[in-house]
Amino acid sequence: MSKPEESETFDPVDLFPEATEMDLRPGVDKCDKNSNCETVCPVAEVNEDFPGPKFQGPEQWRLTRKGDLEFDESVDKCLNCMRCDTACTNDVPLGQMHNVARANYVDNQMSHASREFLRNKMLANYGTLGKLGSMMPRISNAVFGLGATRWLNEKLLGFPSERSFPDFATQTFRGWWSDRGGDATSAERAREAREARGETGEAKKVAFFHGCYANYHQTEVAKSMVRLYESLGYEIAVPEQSCCGTPMFANGMLEDARGVAEGNVDTFGSLVEDGYDLIATCTSCSMALRKEYPELFDIDGVDEVAAHMFDAVEYLRVNEDLEAELAGADVDFPAMTYHAPCHGEVMGVEGIVTELLADVDGVELDDTGDVCCGLAGTYGWKDEKYDDSMEIGAEMFEAFEEAPGEVALTECPMCSAQIEHGTGYEVKHPMQLLETALVES
Amino acid sequence: MAIEDDVLVIGGGIAGLTSAIAAAETGARTRLVTYKQSTLGNASGLVDVLGYAPGDDAPRSDPYDALAELPAEHPYSKVGADAVREGLALFDDAVGDGYLGSQSEANALVPTHAGSVKPTARYPRSAAPGLVSDDRDMLLVGIDSVTGFDAPMAADHLSAVGVPFDVRGETVRFPKSFPQDADVTRYARALDRDESTDDGPVREVLADRVETVLDDERRVGFPAVLGDSRHETVRTELQDRLGVDVFEVPTGPPSLPGLRLEDALYDAAEDAGVRITSGNPIVDYDADGGRIEQVLMDRLGSEVAYEAQQYVLATGGPVGGGIESDRDGVRESIFGLAVEHPEDRYEWFADDVWGDHAYTEFGVSVDDDLRPVAGEDAQFENLRAAGNVIGGYDFATEKSGCGVSLATGYVAGSEAGELT
Repeated sequence: MSKPEESETFDPVDLFPEATEMDLRPGVDKCDKNSNCETVCPVAEVNEDFPGPKFQGPEQWRLTRKGDLEFDESVDKCLNCMRCDTACTNDVPLGQMHNVARANYVDNQMSHASREFLRNKMLANYGTLGKLGSMMPRISNAVFGLGATRWLNEKLLGFPSERSFPDFATQTFRGWWSDRGGDATSAERAREAREARGETGEAKKVAFFHGCYANYHQTEVAKSMVRLYESLGYEIAVPEQSCCGTPMFANGMLEDARGVAEGNVDTFGSLVEDGYDLIATCTSCSMALRKEYPELFDIDGVDEVAAHMFDAVEYLRVNEDLEAELAGADVDFPAMTYHAPCHGEVMGVEGIVTELLADVDGVELDDTGDVCCGLAGTYGWKDEKYDDSMEIGAEMFEAFEEAPGEVALTECPMCSAQIEHGTGYEVKHPMQLLETALVES
Repeated sequence: MAIEDDVLVIGGGIAGLTSAIAAAETGARTRLVTYKQSTLGNASGLVDVLGYAPGDDAPRSDPYDALAELPAEHPYSKVGADAVREGLALFDDAVGDGYLGSQSEANALVPTHAGSVKPTARYPRSAAPGLVSDDRDMLLVGIDSVTGFDAPMAADHLSAVGVPFDVRGETVRFPKSFPQDADVTRYARALDRDESTDDGPVREVLADRVETVLDDERRVGFPAVLGDSRHETVRTELQDRLGVDVFEVPTGPPSLPGLRLEDALYDAAEDAGVRITSGNPIVDYDADGGRIEQVLMDRLGSEVAYEAQQYVLATGGPVGGGIESDRDGVRESIFGLAVEHPEDRYEWFADDVWGDHAYTEFGVSVDDDLRPVAGEDAQFENLRAAGNVIGGYDFATEKSGCGVSLATGYVAGSEAGELT
């Protein structure tokens, strides 16, 4: 390259006019094909036919951009763990590209009359199913537990009969919240706690994104969060909300996801404007609002919601002196083994609880290391993917067997379902531990 | 409120890990923050100190002799030879018996995937039988579908540089077939698990195929795909089956020797009590006069504060992201530290691709305590730099990348730790 004459002035040419729709090109251009992403992909590890994240992201984009080639159907095998995002040193948004490629494949190439599509549609819209099931929890549990139901589900819909449906709580979290007096009661309890703690100044306020699982199934996790946060002086709001959209992303149903995202951004955006920060106990819910919404949807207020969305453990770590709070705690926990959910790793919030509890008297904590559980939300709920799901999980199951812990600890409800399925361990959420340590002791 | 520690190390490569281990060993509560989990997938896994001093055409046998000839602004001149020895001692402790080379201060010569010879201070155990100083004849075996290692070409190149033994290259088919463009991790995994193939277990079949092309050579080199978690078992079995020594030739990214080194160093950091936070970048800081009070992590749209008494900056150079440039100039990425560079952009590089590019030495200038300076003055009293964010040397030409990271990491980390 030679130097231009001094008299020439720099006059940049506008090669790429401002985009009117999502343009993945800048991300694709950052890929130098070093393939580090491929070394962390759990599907590529067990399935030789899966071409890996570099292919699903930048290469699928390049191959299809002229419109003469279809998306390769292997994108359907990606489980949306986003570990590739954490591995890429060039900031290529692989997760975003996979979500777009998968949606293109599902919209344009997958038969919408197929059994898989119908099953995936049901899984993607689990929020609706959960709502129906939780109306009559005891009957639902009995019916889903029947051998005949499981056989039918496998034959007709392609759900693996090896798995049992998670039990519905006899009362939803929202039901409990409302019986308890809703947001008003919470404000009152928080105010009392602040007084007892000698805190003056403005009220501390968080809005809770409970999502599906904490509302229909793991309601104890949500209740622990409430008691813990209130004891630290936080007023909690629990607005009407939809599913976060994670199962929709994972099944390539981006339009369904856009629908729920618009509603959630509207609701939680108003709360942000009113001075609330946002928390979730499920790391996939928080990742959806924090990372996937702004990556995929141009909705008014989406960036504000993302910036204020926290994992429930992370939020306390950042805003309270938890180390001082825990210093006096004396607990009698059984030995535990922590598993970091992939989506927690993507957000950089994994392992906060193990770091916090490491020095607390009476706590013995191990770690399964950096492994994917293999369930990945709806992935392991598909008959044709069950074997891959369990093979991916094998490393984690082994780690649990080898670690001295008797109880498992993780933030993600789906990881916890896989841990129960593969090891039979009892699983706790960090909120439950912190409640025991800080509220009950 | 900020998350508090005594020492905060920014950067998860060799310099950052060394700094963090050194700081933790002084008893300081130490946290390492790294944007990405994986940074060593591009590294060869060889740990060099100094292969060539400026102006050298041939590799140096004793890197310590050459240290004395380096210019005053070179990071080695700032920290001295003892720091290099201390950094290597820390490394030897951290990686245990996975690495060799500590028995001598002289450079070992290791063959590369392109058939050149690299002077290096430490090398993985799996590379040991391949040393060029060993005069036993050598067979290099490529795998036809592993495109990063062309064994006949590498053998020709080694012969051309005059190695003291006969070397031949052959190519075999891997016992399992994978889809096109499969990554090295697939081969490694098949060997780790000794997966079955139509012809038998994969290790046995691979050994059989190599046996048919082996003459009377007493050592055989493969591309670095011989297993991941069980690589010593894989290599030992191949040795036993072939009755000769087996070694790996380091290959390009994703590099298994680099990833194995990363695992070993992270394990050592955790054992030393270092707290590790990964996933988000440090993007900004607050200072009071000449003292950094806290640094700010961007967690997808909002900022979280991390506070420490002492900070170590180990974010890498122009390639690693620690040094950034635009049309207006060159600077350090987080603190905006000054980086000396020609005002005229066209002097940042040379026209000849292999020429003497100025940008290769871009980085912050430091004082003898490794604190970044503007002119003579330290810019922050509690900030030290380690590794390639420091300027004044061209690691790729000198073959000094790891050594500078170890030596400056040791000094920056232990001094930061002792001050808390």
